[in-house]
Amino acid sequence: MGAQLRVYKRRIRSVTATKKITKAMEMIAASRVVKAQRKVAASTPYATELTRAVTAVGTGSNTKHPLTTQAETVTRSAVLLLTSDRGLAGAFNSNAIKAAEQLTARLESEGKQVDTYIVGRRGVAHYNFRERKIADQWTGFTDEPSYADAKKVAAPLIEAIEKDTADGGVDELHIVYTEFVSMMTQQALDARLLPLSLDEVAQERPKGEILPLYDFEPSAEDVLDALLPRYVESRIYNALLQSAASKHAATRRAMKSATDNAGELINTLSRLANAARQAEITQEISEIVGGSAALADATAGSDK
Amino acid sequence: MAAELHVALVAADREVWSGRATLVVARTTSGDIGVMPGHQPLLGVLESGPVTIRTSEGGTVVVAVHGGFISFADDKLSLLAEVAELADEIDVQRVERELERAKAEGDAAAERRADVRLRTVSAR
Repeated sequence: MGAQLRVYKRRIRSVTATKKITKAMEMIAASRVVKAQRKVAASTPYATELTRAVTAVGTGSNTKHPLTTQAETVTRSAVLLLTSDRGLAGAFNSNAIKAAEQLTARLESEGKQVDTYIVGRRGVAHYNFRERKIADQWTGFTDEPSYADAKKVAAPLIEAIEKDTADGGVDELHIVYTEFVSMMTQQALDARLLPLSLDEVAQERPKGEILPLYDFEPSAEDVLDALLPRYVESRIYNALLQSAASKHAATRRAMKSATDNAGELINTLSRLANAARQAEITQEISEIVGGSAALADATAGSDK
Repeated sequence: MAAELHVALVAADREVWSGRATLVVARTTSGDIGVMPGHQPLLGVLESGPVTIRTSEGGTVVVAVHGGFISFADDKLSLLAEVAELADEIDVQRVERELERAKAEGDAAAERRADVRLRTVSAR
């Protein structure tokens, strides 16, 4: 076998192995997307009921709460950025990070100081590499976030909001995550989570439904006190789940195009290998023919 | 038939139980409360504890609820819990082990959780 042909054969083997791996990763990601979507669906009843309850308290009473009051001048904001722990997901992480950077730039241009909170190893690595300050970080659960993880993330954020700005607290909280629109579309977006505007919460509810006048047990203030942190947690949980689903969808897509590329590469390489083999055969034949012709010429000469 | 409650018990990550019931007893921060059909609209904060649901078929469902809310309006009752476990799902031996460990480590929160689970099982 000629050297050229051997090189082609070796490359085909290695690309085939890569293709098998990316194909497997694609299928794993596809099954995880479905799982993640199911988790989003399973968390929906809780979220809807909670929204309903928050609306009920918000409209049924005039209670004030640190999580719903807008600070007169916002001096410090927190940005919570949701990325993934692992890459191989196309532009998923860079899109989320880009959205966070845009938001940070916008907030800073408004004269606000920005504290960054990050979920996911990719985001943490990005910020550490650029030596930017991270207020707090969480890693290790982005593929399959549980409600306990969301609580863990929410706790210091709620605490920071409730603290006075002068003591290092923040006035508002923005969240940057990747919304799962469909299998093909995922969109990095930012949203203001806190302070919560009860009017906006009310708008999420279907129109035309009249909420009854509730009896609050023990009191409207206490109910709101207990409800709002849960509401924030549930929003963060939802964002984590959507982000996980988006990540898996992005991985699936990236791995699909990697598999397709590998297939194309194999095709090209096998054509080249065929051509090389053919060239080799042609060369051998012409060598044999040339050799025998030379021999025939030589014998013909000596015969005379 | 109007004398029925439509109960939905949802935890943060799943729907635990839903169905029709005649009576639901839960513990709010200001004491136990029983809700029957036609009750006044209510929104309360739940304590950790067992919630008892008497179903329309005459059965009883007991659920361990760790913090959450009860909201009732229009004969629809929703129980929102961060964590909720049906009594049937609770493994008594495991909970007892957890309780011992929590006591040994002085983890008050874990001890309370284990205690709620045990009370739920015994209330069944």
